Amino acid sequence: MDLYEYQARDLFESYGVPVLPGIVADTPEDVRAAAEKLGGTVVVKAQVKTGGRGKAGGVKVAQSPDDAEAAARAILGLDIKGHVVRRVMVAAGARIAQEFYFSVLLDRANRSYLSLSSVEGGMDIEQLAVEKPEALARIEIDPLTGIDAAKAEEIARAAGFPEDLLPKIAPVLERLWWVYRDEDATLVEVNPLVLTESGEIIALDGKITLDENAAFRHQHHAALADAGDIDPLEAKAKENDLNYVKLDGQVGIIGNGAGLVMSTLDVVSYAGEAHGGVKPANFLDIGGGASAEVMAAGLDVILHDSQVKSVFVNVFGGITACDAVANGIVGALEKLGNTATKPLVVRLDGNNVEEGRRILAQAAHPLVTVVDTMDDAADKAAELANA
Amino acid sequence: MSILLDENSKIIVQGLTGSEGTKHAGRMLASGSQIVGGVNPRKAGTEVQIEGVTLPIFGTVAEAMTATGANVSVVFVPPAFAKAAVLEAVDAGIPLAVVITEGIPVKDSAEFWAHAKAKGGVTRIIGPNCPGVISPGKSNAGIIPATIAGPGPIGLVSKSGTLTYQMMFELRDIGISTAVGIGGDPVIGTTHIDALAAFEADPETTAIVMIGEIGGDAEERAAEFIKANVTKPVVAYVAGFTAPEGKTMGHAGAIVSGSSGTAQAKKEALEAAGVRVGKTPSETAALMREVFATV
Repeated sequence: MDLYEYQARDLFESYGVPVLPGIVADTPEDVRAAAEKLGGTVVVKAQVKTGGRGKAGGVKVAQSPDDAEAAARAILGLDIKGHVVRRVMVAAGARIAQEFYFSVLLDRANRSYLSLSSVEGGMDIEQLAVEKPEALARIEIDPLTGIDAAKAEEIARAAGFPEDLLPKIAPVLERLWWVYRDEDATLVEVNPLVLTESGEIIALDGKITLDENAAFRHQHHAALADAGDIDPLEAKAKENDLNYVKLDGQVGIIGNGAGLVMSTLDVVSYAGEAHGGVKPANFLDIGGGASAEVMAAGLDVILHDSQVKSVFVNVFGGITACDAVANGIVGALEKLGNTATKPLVVRLDGNNVEEGRRILAQAAHPLVTVVDTMDDAADKAAELANA
Repeated sequence: MSILLDENSKIIVQGLTGSEGTKHAGRMLASGSQIVGGVNPRKAGTEVQIEGVTLPIFGTVAEAMTATGANVSVVFVPPAFAKAAVLEAVDAGIPLAVVITEGIPVKDSAEFWAHAKAKGGVTRIIGPNCPGVISPGKSNAGIIPATIAGPGPIGLVSKSGTLTYQMMFELRDIGISTAVGIGGDPVIGTTHIDALAAFEADPETTAIVMIGEIGGDAEERAAEFIKANVTKPVVAYVAGFTAPEGKTMGHAGAIVSGSSGTAQAKKEALEAAGVRVGKTPSETAALMREVFATV
């Protein structure tokens, strides 16, 4: 889960990382009030979970409350790379002497953590990595020992941070590590980490990604999730513990196992090329169980997607027996009754497949077509979606 | 032969007395695996009956190893307690720990991996969030259904469980030496490269199928490894060609961010290493048949 800048700012503050005062607002009037409260020069910053806000006009410096209100009118509602700005943070202005970069993140390749740091702060880090890789210091962080005082100094030196600033910067890096470790983050990034003209080190902008698998030991993380940002169908799926991602197509997909469902999306996309370019409408993994209840909940979500024209149920019976899946489909259709109106193409293979197909044949539901292979079933589902 | 697991493997189950542990231990036993006991500190000294076999419950992995000669542990312990279970297995020095548990925080996985490494790499960890390992006809450590395919010369390594099953099913007439499900989490103990190296060294494996998916750069690194070190033919499949950027597809590791981690980039890297890559599971199986006809 990616956090908004203001949420990262608040977490930083709670760990003693120096940040500037900031107030979140979602109307121009509230932005004006915030600017009045902070006084002096403020920065109005779009709160969206994507980069390139500055270039898109999502960050504006305001010298007065009037300016701030005008800036808010320009920024609120702006579309930045598909993210509509619904709120801004009004932050106190800073007199910046120098900008640095620091992050700690998961290093999948080494099954470890990595810190990246640079004296070239403020710019896009992916661009920096390409254009000036020598300016980016990469230091491995041992998950068992993390960033202690000595490691923090090592990182700061490797980045080439001014020697006289080390006593100020190193403790900040240590605290940022605490955020990473104690919040179960997979990314903590500060860009820029600034030195102000008055000699203070401040985390001016931050990004945090939290590990959702660790939510069980962080009760407060649930409140950070942004309900307003979630697609209503995704929200409905989440209520039923379904692993669902809304996409922009016409063929509803239900399968068991993340890999098989991803593969199903591909096969349907290829099949769609011959049928008017129809595409998968969603990713939905119902997991190993595939009981009637789960199948019904899944079908219910997909059939509520008005874009869906046909549904492809693709199940490989590994642990689950195909007869149970077939009973699940029949039961789900009974449960849904008249609300089930779209054609279903079902492909079953694996454990107890004969019995599964027999059950579907016997039920002879008018909406259900059983097809033997994944490729042929995808073709049929695409054809029906294009009819 | 086979890799990682054979008819002499002696398996203990951490979390045997839980519902998942009991269910899958039953399946493992039914497929001929030698399960020699379970571990649960709160039920040490008791016994359970599964599939007509009496299995002793030990307080620790170390005790279970001493008493039974176990050399494989399969971990079904729930996410909140999985790290402690794996650390215990590593401290006991068990050669192979197969971590089935889904939903383990990545910090915990990074920590138990770092701990295993610091202990000299005595314990090979597979997973977490994986279906396990099967050497058909010999032994089965995990949740891969034993009935899909019998023994044969094809080695299979995959991030995804159900795609492992699908591919075993497609190639069931040829047969499988060992299928390894390495798991879809961002941090995993055994990688494609580790499995490829083991298959390359295994005389019973003549060709290899590798299944990857979007996210990370494990497939790209595997491609480099194949180019330099693998002489046996490799056929690959990558799931997620049509997955959009920024959406996590079920596995915590399956997310495309920026320009890295796309299926297309992985396909290109693999093809540059001489690996034939199928667009779909069925096309991949067809490629494998072609390749197999020539070895």
